[in-house]
Amino acid sequence: MGKTLAQKIWEDHVVHSAPGEPDLLYIDLHLIHEVTSPQAFDGLRLAGRKVRRPDLTIATEDHNTPTIDIDKPIADPISKLQVDTLRKNAAEFGIRLHSLGDIEQGIVHVVGPQLGITQPGMTIVCGDSHTSTHGAFGALAFGIGTSEVEHVLATQTLPQGKPKMMAVNVEGTLRKGVTSKDIILALIAKIGTGGGQGYVIEYRGSAIRALSMEARMTICNMSIEAGARAGLIAPDQVTFDYIKGRPHAPESGEWESAVEYWKNLYSDSDAQFDVQVDLDANTLSPFVTWGTNPGQGVPLDSNIPAPSDFADEASRNAAERALEYMGLQAHTPLKSVKIDTVFLGSCTNGRIEDLRAAAEVIKGKKIAAGLRMLVVPGSARVREQAQREGLNKVFLDAGAEWREAGCSMCLGMNPDQLKPGERSASTSNRNFEGRQGKGGRTHLVSPLVAAATAIRGTLSSPDDL
Amino acid sequence: MKAFISHTGTAVPLRRSNVDTDQIIPAQYLKRVTRSGFEDGLFNAWRQDPTFVLNQPQYKSATILVAGPDFGTGSSREHAVWALQNYGFEVVISPRYGDIFRNNSLKAGLLTVIVAQAVVEELWDAIEANPALEIAVDLAARELRFGGKNVRFDLDDYTRWRLMEGLDDIGLTLRNVDSIATYEEKRPAFKVKTLPARS
Ligand code: SF4
Repeated sequence: MGKTLAQKIWEDHVVHSAPGEPDLLYIDLHLIHEVTSPQAFDGLRLAGRKVRRPDLTIATEDHNTPTIDIDKPIADPISKLQVDTLRKNAAEFGIRLHSLGDIEQGIVHVVGPQLGITQPGMTIVCGDSHTSTHGAFGALAFGIGTSEVEHVLATQTLPQGKPKMMAVNVEGTLRKGVTSKDIILALIAKIGTGGGQGYVIEYRGSAIRALSMEARMTICNMSIEAGARAGLIAPDQVTFDYIKGRPHAPESGEWESAVEYWKNLYSDSDAQFDVQVDLDANTLSPFVTWGTNPGQGVPLDSNIPAPSDFADEASRNAAERALEYMGLQAHTPLKSVKIDTVFLGSCTNGRIEDLRAAAEVIKGKKIAAGLRMLVVPGSARVREQAQREGLNKVFLDAGAEWREAGCSMCLGMNPDQLKPGERSASTSNRNFEGRQGKGGRTHLVSPLVAAATAIRGTLSSPDDL
Repeated sequence: MKAFISHTGTAVPLRRSNVDTDQIIPAQYLKRVTRSGFEDGLFNAWRQDPTFVLNQPQYKSATILVAGPDFGTGSSREHAVWALQNYGFEVVISPRYGDIFRNNSLKAGLLTVIVAQAVVEELWDAIEANPALEIAVDLAARELRFGGKNVRFDLDDYTRWRLMEGLDDIGLTLRNVDSIATYEEKRPAFKVKTLPARS
């Protein structure tokens, strides 16, 4: 019987396997940031252990970092302590770190791919659930907790139980104005936040193959919002072209053997998936969430659902609570919902293509009176590239704020937060209660919808302009 | 890690589904660099409401949390597990968990028990009728016992053994350190390295 892509990668990384035990997998790359690592380094110190492979490890500062005045010390003393702790740990254990102010600093899931250290066929972990982003390259990439971070630091391996396999087939052609963000929001609305639980999702089909590398990353990024452990896409010429020439791409001589290996990374035609889900790309339209979990999403041109629309009691109760928290009435058209803040950024949609797409919509226009728009590039490199292309000017001329790189308002650990009751249209990945600031209300959208919304002041698509 | 064989205690009925880790502990509370002191952050937003179940005096000394489906979805923050443990919880019972949260809990020694939604509803009703109801969580027998009832739960043999022995995963893995070295020797030359840094 044939194998799935994820099974092939798995088998290539088994270090030790015994009946009744989880497989011990080798980890090719370990990404680190300041929030989930301090206790892991402490554990190493306590046990007198070293980092086994500093040369397969890389760290950045992203969650706590401010997006203004980055040349000054971090104002919040507790955030500063966490960042300083990472700096101390990286120095002590010999780990490469990209600090605030460094051109390679940025959100950990933006930095890996842009340096070319994310490559097909790898196992990649990070103490962050959106590690699934790297699956877009045909890597098996998943988030882990701090105990596991310590485990990988000490051993460069991780014991793992075998996941189940889900294929998501997206066939057809996306209409103009519909993006990969809409594919993934529609999928999560379809299968639910628990729908992918226990699975590795492989995204396949003509609509997926037609996507750019960065658009593929947006989809794999949000696999976790469907509950999946990881999401991946078979590598192809688009993948190889994206990696070629990046700082850590295999050098000539090794490039050929790498590509030869990468070309075997696909699911065999007779591979068995435990579940298959089909999505028709032709009929998709811009999607937006109305509630407090990423599965509570609908097409932007529809009305807010009513609790009674849901068949089971748990969903009805969840909808009722969500509408109350969001301050929304059932049956209202989503396009009439007024927005206070637009956030363009995060590891989901903070890459150069996202900024270009939004700038294209905004160019020559002004954002709505009273609305605040924050543009936060995913990395310092993305920021620099955008400035070279003059995108910062487009945003600034429209009245938006042009910030430094980091996670920013995606989770509001730094000062970039919503105030209680404030409503955002956000290109990030989580609309949980209080995610962007206590009492804040979040609608998840694509960069195109974010841009159009900034101009009209209500949830909108570029077609409404 | 402390060994977990069985635990008997009273419980809190948390009648909510999709309790994500941002609710269990909001981002603002993740800035500590230790593993302790996270109890203040636990369900911080909800605890502002005096009627929230954790604020009710009859549940003050509870050590078991009974929640709806999809508990612990979202962020990978192990702080969510520590916050529950720091607050005094030893066991969570729910029909379904976020994968990473569940992994984290079982590594850190917080037992996350999976039972059918019907059992959760029955527990909620029973606890609300009698907040002093004692629930026994017997890992050796993989069984919950309350009010004269026995309910079996599943947990794979390996994890159960590790929890009952209180074993540290890293120590277990290091028994295979030779296999790790052998594997490393066979890794192809084109595999990426982060050092020396190139840019
Ligand atoms: S941008 Fe948001 S989701 Fe991504 S790593 Fe940062 S906090 Fe997490």
